[in-house]
Amino acid sequence: MLNKLFPPKKITLPNGKIVLQNRSFIPFIVLFLVLCTLLSANFTGFSFKVLIDRIDEFFIIVKAMIPPNWGYISKVWRPLLDTIKMSLLGSLLGALLALPIAVAAASNITKSKVITVVSKTLLSILRTLPTLVTALIATFIFGLGPTAGAVAILLFTVSYVGKLLYEQIETVDMGAFEAMQSIGMTRIQAFRYAVIPQVLPSYISTSLYCFEGNVRYAAILGYVGAGGIGLLIQEGLGWRDYQAVGLLILVLIITVYIIERVSEHFRKKLI
Amino acid sequence: MNHIEKQLSAAPRNLLYVAVLSMMVAALFVWSLTAVNVQNIGQGGLSIAKNILYGLTHPNMDMLFNFSRQSILYLLLETIAIAFLGTIVGAILAIPLAFLAASNIMPKPVSWLTRLLLIVIRTVPALVYGLMFIRVTGTGAFAGVLTVGLTSIGMLAKLYVDAIEELDTRVLESMTSVGCTTFEKIRFGIVPQLFSIFLSVIIYRFDMNMREASILGLVGAGGIGAPLIFAMRGYKWDEVGAILIGLVILILLIELMSNYLRAKLVRGE
Repeated sequence: MLNKLFPPKKITLPNGKIVLQNRSFIPFIVLFLVLCTLLSANFTGFSFKVLIDRIDEFFIIVKAMIPPNWGYISKVWRPLLDTIKMSLLGSLLGALLALPIAVAAASNITKSKVITVVSKTLLSILRTLPTLVTALIATFIFGLGPTAGAVAILLFTVSYVGKLLYEQIETVDMGAFEAMQSIGMTRIQAFRYAVIPQVLPSYISTSLYCFEGNVRYAAILGYVGAGGIGLLIQEGLGWRDYQAVGLLILVLIITVYIIERVSEHFRKKLI
Repeated sequence: MNHIEKQLSAAPRNLLYVAVLSMMVAALFVWSLTAVNVQNIGQGGLSIAKNILYGLTHPNMDMLFNFSRQSILYLLLETIAIAFLGTIVGAILAIPLAFLAASNIMPKPVSWLTRLLLIVIRTVPALVYGLMFIRVTGTGAFAGVLTVGLTSIGMLAKLYVDAIEELDTRVLESMTSVGCTTFEKIRFGIVPQLFSIFLSVIIYRFDMNMREASILGLVGAGGIGAPLIFAMRGYKWDEVGAILIGLVILILLIELMSNYLRAKLVRGE
């Protein structure tokens, strides 16, 4: 239809043939994006003047964080361990819970269309909610503390691992599954011996990757009262104790880096 | 021993390795259980859960469908604007950093240092940036834009670097051999290779930034987060329901659009 509105350009080659070249829509797309940018800038009150005049405030804070306040470190250990525990628990349980839901959502294993559609919708809705919002709701239900954080991380992990896992299951080679059924295995046995070996490495790898990300998320969950290091960050920024915040960020960077290295080591082995 | 049994016994046995790892994971699991206690979910928690469900099924329709400055539609529009502009700012700032971090273009120390900087940028939680930028611009959506922009840089630059390091240099060599100028080499040799990957990464990041922008309100950096937390603290469950429904629908729509556009880009249309 677009080709009728904007007829393709005709190019006559030296040998007399006529080639049609579709018109490019890039000018329109660029125009649209520029318009959107201008509108958003207007809407959010973006101004370069303020940015240039006051950006040094940002670097003043950064400078105030250096050097970090090393004496603060004795207070950091417990919340830091809480953060790690929270993300570990949430990721482990979440990854385990994701397995049955992913199987229910995979259309080649579960024959009932209703179940697959319901499970898929559930996973997408869970995935849309930002973790911090889930944590906020969880603090109201489970009380302040790491439990709420663990629940929020669990829900996110279920949705993330569940989605990637059912996509994996849907793309496995079903030949082995059918062969095993044909020699008289039940569907569950065939799933165990034909599908699981194919998806297990990527399942574990996804779960590890999710765990890495969860440590980052867990660090801010304390902001809404869901336990861990986030509460200290909030306090530090609130009281303008930037040296403490500097230490917290340093500790966080080191922790995240170590966890990423360990998880990357195992993920490389899996693939 | 027949053929099948021989094949079976030839399979690698790493039972011990798997067992030790499983034990370690189990031990970590038990250790992490010490962080939670489920005793204090009393009657209060259950009744709040019931209230949230009630709010979700009976959302405040008036708030959902008018156009004043407190309405859901206005707040969602503000959230989109923050995410969009933040993505653009981040996408532009990430390009020079990505070229600096690419180990096939830059000398080792430069690329290593830039990578370290990117890790630092990526690890600092978005809310911290939010609180820092509020000192610069005052509360409001502008701080949100800067925050989203800065947090996007880390991931965007990392994915850009992957694309730059996989550049097919044979194209450039053949262009040199037919006598192209440097500008022509960049325009027709490098840009087409990178453009669609960059664009796909940016669209993906926009999708993530929607979520990011929707929580920035918690620190006062604009968007829908602030009304959500106020509604919850004030136990106005119908407003909570309306906000959550609006947010979920918007993010689902953006995700569908982003998946569609990226699938198109991958197919090269």
